Amino acid sequence: MSVTQHAKEIHEQFSDQLDVSVEEIEERLDTLVNEYRIPADEARRSVVSNYLDETDMDRDDLGGGGNETVEVATIAEDEQWVDLRVTVADLWEPRSESISQVGLLGDESGTIKFVAFETSELPELTEGESYALGNVVTDEYNGNYSVKLNRTTSITELDEEIEVGNDDVSVEGALVDMQSGSGLIKRCPEEDCTRVLQNGRCSEHGEVEGEFDLRIKGVLDDGEEVHEVIFDKEATERLTGTGLEEAKQMAMDALDTTVVADEMAAEIVGRYYRVTGPTFGRYVLANEMEQLGGADAEATLIRARSM
Amino acid sequence: MSSIPTREVARRAFAHEYNDASYTFKESDDERAPVYALLPTGERANRVFIVGTLTETEDIGEDSEYWRGRIVDPTGTFFTYAGQYQPEAASALRDIEPPAYVAVVGKPRTFETDDGDVNVSVRPESINVVDAETRDRWVVETADRTLDRIERFDAEGNEYGSMADEQYDLPLAEYKQAAVEALQSLEAEDGESDEPAKVET
Repeated sequence: MSVTQHAKEIHEQFSDQLDVSVEEIEERLDTLVNEYRIPADEARRSVVSNYLDETDMDRDDLGGGGNETVEVATIAEDEQWVDLRVTVADLWEPRSESISQVGLLGDESGTIKFVAFETSELPELTEGESYALGNVVTDEYNGNYSVKLNRTTSITELDEEIEVGNDDVSVEGALVDMQSGSGLIKRCPEEDCTRVLQNGRCSEHGEVEGEFDLRIKGVLDDGEEVHEVIFDKEATERLTGTGLEEAKQMAMDALDTTVVADEMAAEIVGRYYRVTGPTFGRYVLANEMEQLGGADAEATLIRARSM
Repeated sequence: MSSIPTREVARRAFAHEYNDASYTFKESDDERAPVYALLPTGERANRVFIVGTLTETEDIGEDSEYWRGRIVDPTGTFFTYAGQYQPEAASALRDIEPPAYVAVVGKPRTFETDDGDVNVSVRPESINVVDAETRDRWVVETADRTLDRIERFDAEGNEYGSMADEQYDLPLAEYKQAAVEALQSLEAEDGESDEPAKVET
């Protein structure tokens, strides 16, 4: 967006309360952007704050919001100020006391992680409700994008329900391998560290008393392509019918944790599955799964005869 | 290109075709480069996935255990051998009571017999008992993959199609016919269990 466009939008926002021309606004922006080398969005913020002070308005009073309303899947740049129309798809337990809420926001394009901080003193979002969120800022970590709510974020509950689309992928094939690090595993108990222990050691925190967890890293192969899939504790339990407590008991009886992976492999390797979920790096995280049964021989027979 | 070696796809082929895949090759001179068997329908295979009926197991080892398994699909028999270097597969062959449906993930291996024939076998990575539905799905999938290969055999740029053309003098129609018969064998089973056989008019 050009400085002139920003100026026009700001002018619209304040036209009722303030007698200021587009040119004046543009000049202020221009000074910040071209003289002080401030990013356009920051410059705009600064100019808007200035006018808010002059008019004694709150940022919430601004009509139309200053940002572009975007779909979450299109967010691909760090530190952008945007508006969203979203449904709270999921709320997670905050891991830090400075965080008031953390979870997933979704619209038709998909979902994105969000974080709200205690210091922002925002009203709490309710899972399943739809909101217009004004002035949230994008953030990037390891190529994954999230949005941060902040003190200036406006939260308006919507009457309509925003549908949450998903960016999930579905992969299917024979489960041809279960990789090491599957079955009954131990994770590092240090705060914010969930690394899987190798021989009782965390690569970050050294020797620690691990916490048991279940996980399967598998390979689905359809004869043309391979896909790596991860089943977390719940997914592993649904896939194999073995829960964490049962797995611990099995390991205790055998004095060996590897029996769990062996038994699980015997249950699942060589069978066909369809797995659906979001991708994480080269893995598909299994949210949904089904075992695939016999296929339609007739269709392939017709194909063969027509060749 | 990424320097991380990617996992080899497990190809699908019926026993009839697999046992003809006697030509093996490497893509580079590197000692550790993967060895591929050339499927007669024009695809390289470093790994295969097969599902069939384990009909016989036998320990043919002399000093140490060396297990041979016969795995039958609608078109023929796969031979698989597992010894001390494939302990899990070997113990599977020791423990499984034939007949049983099994799924095998493994690598193609060839050996020359005394009278100069080349036999193709499977060195198993895993052997697991599965159900009839998994077997049926494999038959349909393997038929589809076989037809895919036959369809693109003559396509321009199909390196392994032309390689198969050079290395083998084998009629593709035979592999298509084997796929058709495999599918028909499933239909026949369905007919018996679900409904009276349809009369063709």
